[in-house]
Order: sequence, then C-alpha cells, then structure tokens
Amino acid sequence: MTGFATMTDPAAAYVLRHGDDNLVLAQRLSEWVSLGPELEEDIALANVALDHLGVATHLLGHASQLVGGGTTDDDLAFQRTEREFTNVVLVEQPNGDFAHTMARQLFMDAYQRLLWEALAVSEDAILAGIAAKAHKESLYHFRHTSGWVVRLGDGTDESHTRMQAAVDNLWRYTGELFEMDDLDRQMVESGVGVDLGALSGPWLHAIAAVAADAMIALPDEVTQRGGGRRGFHTEHLGHLLSEMQWMQRTYPGLEW
Amino acid sequence: MTVATNDQVRLLLDEVVDPEIPVLTIADLGVLRDVAVSEGSVLVTITPTYSGCPAMDLIRSEIASTLEANGFSDYSIETVFSPAWTTDWMTEEAKVKLRDYGIAGPAPVEPVVSGIGYQVSAAVCPLCRSDETRMVSEFGSTACKALMVCSSCGEPFDLFKAL
Ligand SMILES: [Zn+2]
Repeated sequence: MTGFATMTDPAAAYVLRHGDDNLVLAQRLSEWVSLGPELEEDIALANVALDHLGVATHLLGHASQLVGGGTTDDDLAFQRTEREFTNVVLVEQPNGDFAHTMARQLFMDAYQRLLWEALAVSEDAILAGIAAKAHKESLYHFRHTSGWVVRLGDGTDESHTRMQAAVDNLWRYTGELFEMDDLDRQMVESGVGVDLGALSGPWLHAIAAVAADAMIALPDEVTQRGGGRRGFHTEHLGHLLSEMQWMQRTYPGLEW
Repeated sequence: MTVATNDQVRLLLDEVVDPEIPVLTIADLGVLRDVAVSEGSVLVTITPTYSGCPAMDLIRSEIASTLEANGFSDYSIETVFSPAWTTDWMTEEAKVKLRDYGIAGPAPVEPVVSGIGYQVSAAVCPLCRSDETRMVSEFGSTACKALMVCSSCGEPFDLFKAL
C-alpha cells in the first residue's frame, strides 16, 4: 500500500478530513458499549456512534472515489498511518468520565449541526446529500447531549464539578474546529466547502445557551491546541488507531 | 435476458423486506427510490433511512438475489443520499402494518424544556391504543426507533421516530 500522505486531490482531501472526524469519534463512542452509565444510555451512545460511523463510511467512500485507482473506503480507514489522519484533535481525546464524553460530544454536535447545514448546499452533490442526511441526525444528537450536560451541570455537587472540569479541559481543542487553512479557502472558492470562521459565532451562541442552563461557566481565552488537519495529533490517536486497525494490519485485506 | 417493465420489477422487489422490521417492504419504507428498466438492464436506486443503518448491505444483497432468481443478470444497485429519507415517505398501509407489529409511529419527538426530557406528540400505544404514553429513551433497539412505555397497560413499546 502506498502512502496516502501524498494525496494531492484537494476535493478528496477535503471530504476525507470531515470523514476522519466522524470515524475517530465513532470509534471513541464505541468504547462505551457495555460500559454506559445505564442501559438506555449505553444503547443511545451506540446509536450515536453508528450514525457517525455511517457518515464516515459515506464520506470515506466518496473520498476513495475521488482518489480513484481502486482505492476503497476500507483502505482509507485501515491502511493510513496516524500522520495521514486529518481529524481535529478534539475527537481523539479519551472518553474520560461520562462528563468528558458529553462535553466533547456537545462541542462536536453543535459544530456539526452548523457544518452539515452549510455543506448541504455544497457544489459537490454527493457531499451535499451526505451532509443533508447527517444534519437531521445531528439535531437528535445535540438534543440528547445538551440534555445530559444540563442534567449533570445542574445536578449534584459531584456531577457539577465533573461537568465543569470536562468543559474546562476540552475547551482548548475547540478553536481548531473553526480554523481555515489553504484547502478550506480553496474549497470555499470552488463552492464545495464551508467558511468555518462564520460558524464560530452561532456555535458559541448555542454552547452558551446550554452552559447557562447547566450552570456551567465557559472558560476565558485559553491557548488553543490544533494541528490535526495537518496530521499532527495528540498522543491519543495512535493508541486508538492501533486498536481500530490491528486486524487489517495483521491480515491485510481480510474479509468475513 | 428477461424483458420486463419497471412496474413488474417493482412488484418482484416487494419480496424484499426490512430485515429489522420484516412486516415492511423496502417500498413501504421509502427505501426503494426508483426502478428503471432500459434495454434489459435494471437500475435500482435505494436510499438509507439513517446514515449508519446496518441493514443497507443486507437489503442490497437481497435485491441482487431477488433479481438474479428472476433471471436478471444485468442490473446495478445505486445508493443515493439526496433527497434525504424521511418518514413522510412511509405509506399509510405501512403505518398500519407497523402498529399491528407492535411499533408505534412515526411521531415527532420534541424536547420538553431545554433538552431535558422529551415529549412525543400523538404516540398511541400499539397494544392497548391508549395515548397515555411516555418516552424512556430517544434511542431504541435500532437507529430508527425510540423506546416508549405505556402508562395505561404498562407495556414497553418501540416508536418509529419521525425524521
Ligand atoms: Zn398500552
């Protein structure tokens, strides 16, 4: 398998980065299966993970078509190295306690609600179709997650402390969601992509509304950590990939 | 080569049911979007209910085996995402079949206050037909269903979520 780091098709790279966000988030959420705080929530997390996995499958499938040369969605999921993944670092952060998982999910749900709505009118008709579908699902996700954030934040002293700590710890990874690089600008120009900067205002507005209900204080300006879009990840992604990819790495092309 | 019309192929595909809700055909559900026969070759277009619907692979292979069993060798099955699937495409007949199978809906799910708790408009218990029902979880046994409980008869039941 040749490296994908040389992937030069901008349209494919653009679709892939959003696919990677969903793939990595799906893998993280799946770690909760059988460990959820209650049965209904266990099932809910599995459902949400499945939605993200579905979106990832469609986006990686679309990216592999754009790459051409017989590349498949499985190649992109299982044969790329850590440096070739272009997800934002927020999604690779460990589940932590349930409050951390909910904070990470709240930030992503609020972001994806806006992202998918904007991408639903992309000039790339396939991307637009996938986004329109994902948008409907992100509304469910946001409702579910914000309910938990309020329940925990406005709950007991213990749950409040944990929810506040989760928001404080993960806030530093949210800036990357709205960073625009050359590829983003190129895609906006061609009508395929989204002006991410324009999403940050509405995102903050949505987060602030949930935080107010949840008695959670949003952090002041903190130094933001990004780099994921360029393949510079936190230490956590390598561990996640080694678990996700080991079967295909050990037996390449294995099917059952 | 089998010569057939679009409608004849549609009729054949009524054998293909949702593996998770086997009382509904893919046409009932609105998953089957189009059938086009042209010069002996068949193009079947389907769309997923939810992005991660795990039944799509099986549905695809059942369409293939139904076509093959009826003598079609020249066919393709395409998945489209646009327009996005909606429960509005479910037929009235499908809703009755669902209820008789023990699944209510589709009904819209709305948060009660700022995301805590949910209320479902017009969710009628498929067992005793009471409308005194409440939601246990917005996420049920499959992606397309929510988990409900009936306050009158006390039985839990699935609700097909409106999307
Ligand atoms: Zn009842």
